[in-house]
Amino acid sequence: MPSTRMKLVLGRVAQTIPVVVGVVVISFLLTRALPGDPAAYFAGPAADEASIAQIREVLGLDKPLLQQFFIYAGELLRGDLGTSISTGQSVGEDLASRLPASLELTLTALTISCAVALPLGILAATRPGSWIDHLCRVIVTAGVSLPTFFTGIVLIYVFYYLLGVAPSPLGRLDFIYIAPEQVTGFYLIDAAIAGEWGTWLGALKQLILPALTLALFTLAPIARMTRAAMLSALSSDFIRTARAAGLTQRKVLFGYALRNALLPVITTLGMVFSFTLGANVLVEKVFAWPGIGSYAVEALVVSDYAAVQGFVLAMALLFVVLNLVIDIAYALIDPRIGLS
Amino acid sequence: MTTQQTRRDFLKITGGTAGAALLPFLKAIPAEAATRDVLVAVSGQSINSLDLHRTGTNRASYQVAVNCYDRLVSFGTKTAPGGGLSYDYSVIEPELAESWTISEDGLTMTFKLKSDATFWDGRKVTAADVKWSFDRAVSVGGFPSVQMKAGGLMRPDQFEVVDEETFVIRLDRPSKLTLPDLAVPVPFIINAEVAKANATEDDPWAMEYLHKTPAGSGAYKVATWEPGQQLVYERNDAWVGGPLPAFKRVVLREVPSPATRRALIERGDVQLSFNIPNKDAAELDAVDGVDVYSTPIENCIHCLCPNFSFEPFQDANVRKALAYAIPYEAIFQTAAYGRGAPMWGGETEINDTAWPRKSPYMTDMVKAKELMAASAYADGFEVPLSISLGLADWMEPTALLLQEAFAEIGIRTEIEKIPGANWRTAALVEKRLPLHLENFGGWLNTPDYYFFWAYKNGHLFNSSNYLNPEIEELVDATLHIPMDDPQYEPNIKRMFEIAFEDLPRIPLWQPALNVAMNDASGYEFWFHRQLDIRPLTGASA
Repeated sequence: MPSTRMKLVLGRVAQTIPVVVGVVVISFLLTRALPGDPAAYFAGPAADEASIAQIREVLGLDKPLLQQFFIYAGELLRGDLGTSISTGQSVGEDLASRLPASLELTLTALTISCAVALPLGILAATRPGSWIDHLCRVIVTAGVSLPTFFTGIVLIYVFYYLLGVAPSPLGRLDFIYIAPEQVTGFYLIDAAIAGEWGTWLGALKQLILPALTLALFTLAPIARMTRAAMLSALSSDFIRTARAAGLTQRKVLFGYALRNALLPVITTLGMVFSFTLGANVLVEKVFAWPGIGSYAVEALVVSDYAAVQGFVLAMALLFVVLNLVIDIAYALIDPRIGLS
Repeated sequence: MTTQQTRRDFLKITGGTAGAALLPFLKAIPAEAATRDVLVAVSGQSINSLDLHRTGTNRASYQVAVNCYDRLVSFGTKTAPGGGLSYDYSVIEPELAESWTISEDGLTMTFKLKSDATFWDGRKVTAADVKWSFDRAVSVGGFPSVQMKAGGLMRPDQFEVVDEETFVIRLDRPSKLTLPDLAVPVPFIINAEVAKANATEDDPWAMEYLHKTPAGSGAYKVATWEPGQQLVYERNDAWVGGPLPAFKRVVLREVPSPATRRALIERGDVQLSFNIPNKDAAELDAVDGVDVYSTPIENCIHCLCPNFSFEPFQDANVRKALAYAIPYEAIFQTAAYGRGAPMWGGETEINDTAWPRKSPYMTDMVKAKELMAASAYADGFEVPLSISLGLADWMEPTALLLQEAFAEIGIRTEIEKIPGANWRTAALVEKRLPLHLENFGGWLNTPDYYFFWAYKNGHLFNSSNYLNPEIEELVDATLHIPMDDPQYEPNIKRMFEIAFEDLPRIPLWQPALNVAMNDASGYEFWFHRQLDIRPLTGASA
């Protein structure tokens, strides 16, 4: 019944509330435990004691910790994430512009890597020991062992510097285009909505190299997992039964084996997605991509409390949603797992 | 200006050049930009505010104050050592002020404003705007107020509006630093009417408004600002502060990776890459079509600082042993790729007031060992050598070479890497690092100003906890007197003598600011180490 299903989903969401509260408290305490003194940092190159104290007061850092926390929590409840001192923007605004940039890059990369890794893994599993299995192994090994910033620089060197076929690695859009009006924050989608196909093409061109870089990196775990899961599925009893019953190879492979093998693959995909979002900071730096990873790292380096807390909170919420989506996906794929 | 720009705004701003600029041919535009009106520059630094006076505004943002606002006066231009142009500290030129007079006693400065100077909104620049802007700079606290104070400007009651075009500054004491301090980026002149219209009770200085929306009279306006991505400057054709800049638009893109920036400048898709690493500067110099300017930064020295609060460093022999043990040349070649100026092996006798100057020390292991043997620490000791991770590009190779050399004279060091955010607190505020690297550079280019910050006890950049009563007296006596005062030269020479004898800071080398240009010219070095886009031109040098 849909209503019970809805209730269960709501129950899941309710379970996440203590998690989010915990994240708020921990991120607050952890940022305060950082050894840096933001007041001294932001007082500038020629500040003296008095001006550092003045800035501490402006930033509200002279108040007791508990009071600071309640101020922060109060603002959070009103939807105010505070102002990042390092970028000078409100954290909400920063996240709204940077999270879609990272998501667009990560999702494109994952789409590419799934498109390559799933067929590769399936083929490798159906023909173990063949050349395609070896190819899979080589690609997987290369993918994990090449650090992303290295792959990124090599791709820039070859496709931009030597061949000149890729556009200047200058972020999401070359400066000659105007960013499409923000609807989703995904340039490809926004440009399509606005019908600006020149911009759409420009955004796509900028996206290809960084997405390939990330795809190479994320390909490995997905291909490995697909291959392993398919191998174990193909050797199970129910496949033997299906084969014995004379079902077509196609039906056996995609109807039974793949559907069962997809569960661990989905789990891996979720994990890969979440660590890629945080870990693509190196790709962001190389391609001047204004994403969330470099934002968080820069904020951490200068002890920018509001920005770090905002980042942690946004990621926590994202993970909560992601886990929910994966749970639901399980239920859809595997009839044995209900939401109950 | 809002950060989100609609297409209509953009078309309005770009005006005549819009047609060409919007053609979606990726390769065509940057290549043509040099001969047209657009310059594309890249930098690894992020601009975080359009208002220098705001708390938390970073260094990279100072360029907005330079390019979009005017000051009363500016510095002249001279040929820089090592090629290219540089600002000239000895020449003060008019910017918004047409002329100025200083009273006989040096206490009253009267400025006459240019009568044709207007803000971007067309309103005339008046003395009331100047006063409001100066009041703001001395009142908001933090860095701007400290910098104003260096020139003796501390309170709003020092600034007086005589009439629409006449502005008067009254000083508590005459100082040679006041006029140059008016030419640094801090005392820029804001359109006070626009600012006041956007001020609130809690925010009387319109900090929130000017943070994102500059309101000035400068050579460039900000067309778009996307924090973390790009800043687009648009020329103000009515500018009267100096010769009209060549470029109609300047696009400043933020590219964090030095490797990417290098590829861009080598391919010529951008015309200027600002503040490039020493290694790239050395290598790009050999590339055809790319011009590299490496200007030694005035009044700035990379130093090794032995802290007087660490007992062995109270022994003069130990400090001198350090100075003789340092492998200067190897450090200069490894950490700086030979960019900048050597600061060792100078004359023992001090005959002039040039600063930064070479110390009389050089690598001499025999002498270093003798000095260690003569000290109270003949058996050596252990000490952490601290570096900042934020400045690791030069500090790390330097520290490694120092570690190796100091081991030879019995000083065992362990390299302590401190995160950038903690560095200031540890090194400069708490001054608790026994042995560390430091790189103060003074904006106002006189040696006594350097000594004021770096050698006077308790001052921020005196991270060695150095205290010498004679230095204290000398700096106080010299800081404000004119450079042609008979006392000036002997005082400065005495400071140099003491500094090289006591060695609270051991000079390593004078760093350089590196800029690469491809198909553009006119770059000028400024003490604030930010890009002044106003003198840039398209034609290759």
